[in-house]
Amino acid sequence: MAARVPGPVSATVSAQAPGAVRPAATVAATAVATAVATVVATVRGLTRRFGDRTVLDGLDLTIGRGEFVALLGRSGSGKSTLLRALAGLDEEVEGGLEVDGSVAVAFQEPRLVPWKRVRDNLTLGLTAPDPAGRAEAALAEVGLADRARAWPLTLSGGEAQRASLARALVREPGLLLLDEPFSALDALTRITVHRLVLDLWAAHGPAVLLVTHDVDEALLLADRILVLDGGRLAHEWTVAAPRPRHRDHPDLLTLRAALLSALGVTPEGPA
Amino acid sequence: MSVVQLQGELGGAVRADPRPRLRSATARGPRRGWHRWISPLVVVLLWQLASVLGLLPARLLAAPSQIAATALDLVRSGTLPTAIAVSLERVLLGFAAGAVAGVGLALVAGLSRTGENAVDPIMQMLRALPFFGLIPLFILWFGIGETPKVLLVALAVSFPLYLNTFAGIRGVDGKLAEVARTLRLGRTALVRHIVLPGALPQTLVGLRQSLGVAWLALIVAEQVNADAGLGYMINDAREFLRTDVIVVGLLVYSALGLLTDALVRLLERRALVWRREFLAR
Repeated sequence: MAARVPGPVSATVSAQAPGAVRPAATVAATAVATAVATVVATVRGLTRRFGDRTVLDGLDLTIGRGEFVALLGRSGSGKSTLLRALAGLDEEVEGGLEVDGSVAVAFQEPRLVPWKRVRDNLTLGLTAPDPAGRAEAALAEVGLADRARAWPLTLSGGEAQRASLARALVREPGLLLLDEPFSALDALTRITVHRLVLDLWAAHGPAVLLVTHDVDEALLLADRILVLDGGRLAHEWTVAAPRPRHRDHPDLLTLRAALLSALGVTPEGPA
Repeated sequence: MSVVQLQGELGGAVRADPRPRLRSATARGPRRGWHRWISPLVVVLLWQLASVLGLLPARLLAAPSQIAATALDLVRSGTLPTAIAVSLERVLLGFAAGAVAGVGLALVAGLSRTGENAVDPIMQMLRALPFFGLIPLFILWFGIGETPKVLLVALAVSFPLYLNTFAGIRGVDGKLAEVARTLRLGRTALVRHIVLPGALPQTLVGLRQSLGVAWLALIVAEQVNADAGLGYMINDAREFLRTDVIVVGLLVYSALGLLTDALVRLLERRALVWRREFLAR
């Protein structure tokens, strides 16, 4: 069942300690786990060092097919480092990393190619048949059908972020990586884009890894919330509340307090 | 504006039409342009007056009226068109050769570290050479025919294009290169869709600089030794104290310079539409 599509599997091992000869082969061999049909991404013992600073320290993570996972953590905790590793943008990570199917990314800034019209941004690198037709359909889905011929620099922040989502989704990814894509949007736009992401997720069913620093965003969107601390996943919660969710749902309020304390924020109110 | 606001407040669905403001902005343009012609015209009139009154002898500087008459004569006799054709050919050949070399070397240096290590040190060293100082060597190597003139233009053109294109390639946003990786673009597609279009604005800056230098290099090359072209016409006129012909030659040089600059600007507007529409907002 598990068609093993060669995703961006990078299991690079770098021996950094001078003099210490590391058995490179053993690390690579034990790291790559076998993919089960219900698993879309497997990370085993992922380590990333920047100089003598260890940002990810033997991190393990499994993401199920179609699962919506939110990754929280204080700034500098390595959230984006993990996402970049999964996106195949980091060649200096050590450990095992396996993704079944294709990966698409929407970044914090929309990162549209400014000299390509919105539609051409979507078809860039798209190998599926009828790329133009698919791009038009994807743009219609995010409500940008009439902006297909526009230059990216003329889009508003919300439009650009929707175009960026469409560019990721038009590739029908097995895993969609979202790197704080809502943080630069104003509060009202953010609400509509949250709804849009949930709709798109329901319609296309990719697994989503959302990196965010916004506790409420994680609570509203995710099936599972992870907190990254000390280079590992320190906490994990499953959110069972049905969607669409409201912030004042009692389960979410309880979870919110737990999340904030896990992130080192003392809850408000008298002690 | 206030009327529009008032109507809006009274409950009518009147939208402030931005067009009247635009119209008044464009109306100001030509009027300001007209004002800008006054001072040059006054200078030309004073110049003419000084020549007529004998304050400015013709052997130092001919009168504007004399220059205009000479220009007409030179066109009628075919001297000026021939000279322009010869000079234009030198510039075009030299520019083409220099552009190919400059952009080609910038691609080699810009797209790989090995290329940079091979090309860039040499280009930086050559850049330090005063290239007009190379004229004696060029004469020794290539004689006094067309070759040294065309080569001098080519050399002058290649450096601004090399430096700007190289900087343009290296200045391409690394974040877009990351996007290209996540979109699974190969190396060729990355260069074609991201690197080259990203370097284009800077390359066009280099193009404008290099065209300016091209005319400069031609003028210098034609002063040294020539038997045809604008430079020859000017040098020949100096022998006979014909300041009117010299001024005509200089005016033609600057007109040609402005013309090529306008061509590049036209090219820029077409190539950088994606930026122009943004700036126009």
